[in-house]
Amino acid sequence: MADRLHLSTDHNILYKFQNFGWGLVLLICAMACVGFTSLYSAAGGNFDPWASKQIIRFLIGIGGMIVVSLIDIKWWFRLSFPIYVIGFILLIIVEMMGHIGMGAQRWINLGFIQIQPSEFMKIAVVMVLAKYFHAASKEDMKSIRFLIPGVLLVLFPVALVMLQPDLGTSLMIVMAGVAMFFLAGAPLWMFLVGGGLVIASLPVAWLLMHNYQKQRVLTFLNPESDPLGAGYHITQSKIALGSGGIQGKGFLEGTQSRLNFLPEKQTDFIFTLWAEEWGFLGGVCLLLLCGLIFAYGISVALQCRHAYGKLLATGLIINFSLYVFINIGMVMGLMPVVGAPLPLVSYGGTSMLAVLVGFGLILSCNVHKDTKLLRI
Amino acid sequence: MNKDDEKSKVFTRRAIIVGAFQGGLLAVLGGRLAWLQLAQGKKYKTLADRNRINIKMLSPTRGEIVDRFGVPLAINNQNYMALLIPEQTDDIRGSLEKLADLINIDSKKIEKILLESKKSASFIPVEIKDDLSWDDVSKLEVNITDLPGISIDEGEIRNYPFGEATGHIIGYVGAVSDKDMTDDPILTLPGFRIGKTAIERSYDIELRGKSGISQMEVNVRGREVRELETEKSVGGQRIALTIDAELQRLSQQRLSEYKSASAIVMDAHTGAIYSMVSYPGFDPNLFTRGISTENWEELLSNPAFPLNNKAVSGQYPPGSTFKMITALAALEQNLAKANTSVRCTGTYEYGTDKFRCWKLSGHGMVNVTSALMKSCDTYFYKLSTDIGIDNIAAMAQKFGLGQKYNFDLKEERAGLLPTKEWKMNEYGKNWQPGETIVASIGQGYILATPLQLAVMTSRLVNGGYAVKPWLVGYVGHQKIFQEKWPLIGIKQENLDIIKTGMDQVVNNNEGTAYSSRIDEEGMQMGGKTGTAQVKRINRAERAQGIMNEDLEWKYRHHALFVGYAPVSNPRYVCSVVVEHGGGGSAVAAPLARDILREAQIRNPAREDIKLSQISSKIGGIYG
Repeated sequence: MADRLHLSTDHNILYKFQNFGWGLVLLICAMACVGFTSLYSAAGGNFDPWASKQIIRFLIGIGGMIVVSLIDIKWWFRLSFPIYVIGFILLIIVEMMGHIGMGAQRWINLGFIQIQPSEFMKIAVVMVLAKYFHAASKEDMKSIRFLIPGVLLVLFPVALVMLQPDLGTSLMIVMAGVAMFFLAGAPLWMFLVGGGLVIASLPVAWLLMHNYQKQRVLTFLNPESDPLGAGYHITQSKIALGSGGIQGKGFLEGTQSRLNFLPEKQTDFIFTLWAEEWGFLGGVCLLLLCGLIFAYGISVALQCRHAYGKLLATGLIINFSLYVFINIGMVMGLMPVVGAPLPLVSYGGTSMLAVLVGFGLILSCNVHKDTKLLRI
Repeated sequence: MNKDDEKSKVFTRRAIIVGAFQGGLLAVLGGRLAWLQLAQGKKYKTLADRNRINIKMLSPTRGEIVDRFGVPLAINNQNYMALLIPEQTDDIRGSLEKLADLINIDSKKIEKILLESKKSASFIPVEIKDDLSWDDVSKLEVNITDLPGISIDEGEIRNYPFGEATGHIIGYVGAVSDKDMTDDPILTLPGFRIGKTAIERSYDIELRGKSGISQMEVNVRGREVRELETEKSVGGQRIALTIDAELQRLSQQRLSEYKSASAIVMDAHTGAIYSMVSYPGFDPNLFTRGISTENWEELLSNPAFPLNNKAVSGQYPPGSTFKMITALAALEQNLAKANTSVRCTGTYEYGTDKFRCWKLSGHGMVNVTSALMKSCDTYFYKLSTDIGIDNIAAMAQKFGLGQKYNFDLKEERAGLLPTKEWKMNEYGKNWQPGETIVASIGQGYILATPLQLAVMTSRLVNGGYAVKPWLVGYVGHQKIFQEKWPLIGIKQENLDIIKTGMDQVVNNNEGTAYSSRIDEEGMQMGGKTGTAQVKRINRAERAQGIMNEDLEWKYRHHALFVGYAPVSNPRYVCSVVVEHGGGGSAVAAPLARDILREAQIRNPAREDIKLSQISSKIGGIYG
């Protein structure tokens, strides 16, 4: 066993590619292709303006993903905290820029690319928690004193993202954080107490919400109350989806999505377009595809021999699945409209890049599953 | 190792729970998909396949703005416009070029529309041209089948019957900019206009109204089959102003004899504004359809700033119109009595400095009333050093200077009342006694707007009530004005002394505005002239015989006058500022006389503002 551990520290490139996790890459490409097809259709059978750009971004993103995955997990382990700090600073910068610009500000413009630090932070929080729990003993996980710094690592960035204000993203970070605590072995009673506190504090949260956020919740509870606003989109989305039937209307035949008043069909409502054209069968295939990706991610975690990798891979796959659940739940009227893209499928550069970087880290866990990480 | 194994076991167990949870959620999504597509698929199919529901927003009619007698100042005219709905054609350019053969559209405009049509979703209509003539409309109607994607829509366009005369008060409407965007979906309607300045801006929400919704059943080709449900739009509320449009027009006509001037007529007791003119102005009708670059640049380059409402935002040294405040400050502090006299020799020496009265030969012995009447500077120089700047400023503050009134026009400015503290904060220097002397005659740092001068005069002549100005009487049925005002707390006898002085300025043959008196019995006016120095003529220039009239326009004095009428029972107050117009008595007083005479003849105060009906017209259909 000691020999294997020793060997694992200097894998060559060939070894890395042999143990790369090509299955996951294949699944990712398949899901991206669903996106290209739908974007092509959304533009009325044209590569412009969306599909062509999306393909280019995807190829760049895949390149980035491979680079991330080939970097030894030791480095990611060591860099976890610095990356978190950088993300945190970027969030503060965005917050300050927002105040100067007098409005909600979520972007930093670097000229060639716009960075959304909150996207970055979703990954950084998982990384920093994975590192924090890496060396935790069973006793540690029961000690409040050990857990509180971990909670703060989640709450600080969440508070900043809330200030932007971006309730959807901050909730996603909280959920991913809670999952990390669960996976690391925090006692179950804490989750029960925490859940109870959250339910008790809902009325307070309602008072603190912005008007447009309250409106979204109200609209979700009663879509007919706002026939021209968000409720209207949901109604239209359901008509488009439902009219797809079992087999769908066929490629480029989705009249509802393309002709009707479905806004952002290329971004948030892309699942609607897909399911209208490809029907229940297409929709289920896409859901299965997502399921396989989740399963792949968790199996990477289970096979990984160090706690850091286990926690990192699971945390990132949870991030990904949250996107999927929120987006698809939203377009089918199961969730309030929160404006979350469907990862790999929706048109958009930042979320695509963030998701692929996340997968790069999962692949890195896979390639370097035997690497020995020090307890620090 | 043992511990690690145990930890790993916990992880494995919990990771499987997470995986199962994810699987469960996916199953829920799948179930929902099955419900929508399998169980309810038929229902949605009927909704979608044969017919689909097209929801249109119905634009509300913008509220009208009327004067106190119901004369329309802002109304809506019918407007036909050509719209492009990009999703209805594959060849947008082709359609537009065919359209250009029929009606006049230049090629630049076509490129602009093409660009705009790509920017937003393809079902959102883009405005091609509005205000189409009947001729154009009929040409379009006939050829509409050859123009896929193009449709005619009937809407409304804002019209201002009084044009330039009311431009500064009413303001104008314009297209919704990114900055104006809010959650209100009404703002996304093509051709929707919102208030950009003045009343149109201050009362935009009230004027806007509420959009309606029409649900149309549409077949696969997008043709409307029948209307399912309509919720009518609710027109914006009508706003009734205190303005008398005719008085406004006449004042504007009179002011147009000068390069740059403003005048206000206000009710001394209620604070209602009867007319408010700033000349030169602009025609708001130019803006409703988007102003041409040429016109815009012309407005911007005019040195008299026609876009600014100088009546509320122009800040001038009040000059001698400020002397009433200095006098009151002295009287209230018992530093002067009605008969306190000062000898004016034409020069007042303070320390080593010499301050000159405008009349170099001096006025001889003067008391408060005759000092006001003759506008003797020396008298006030003498008083001011005893009163001190802070007391003068406090008195001015009571009469409405140096503050905003939360007026109906957001363009109002606060002017400036200097105090010792202010100078220390602003310049980091101590206040100099000489500066108090200059301030006593309304020069130096002091700045006031014509609106503030009207308020000051109203408070002086209405018995000492702290009246504030207002323009809007009713919003729909709702009365929003205040007519009763609290007392400021100034002794009546002192106010009477000031009023006597202001009476004599105009009606005593030694007064500075005697030549501008109103002769008609019962209509006589009182007032005070003011000439505000912009640039001092220095000794060398004086030696060369250079007079103020010889200077470049922008260095000449401002001419001011504040007046009220009738003297016996003041009702109308008028303030006039002619920028760089010269002397107050020669230029501003005759203007005020004509305006006050006209105000008394028309007597807009004879009737209360009419409560006007809420406009209930239904707007055109946009979609």
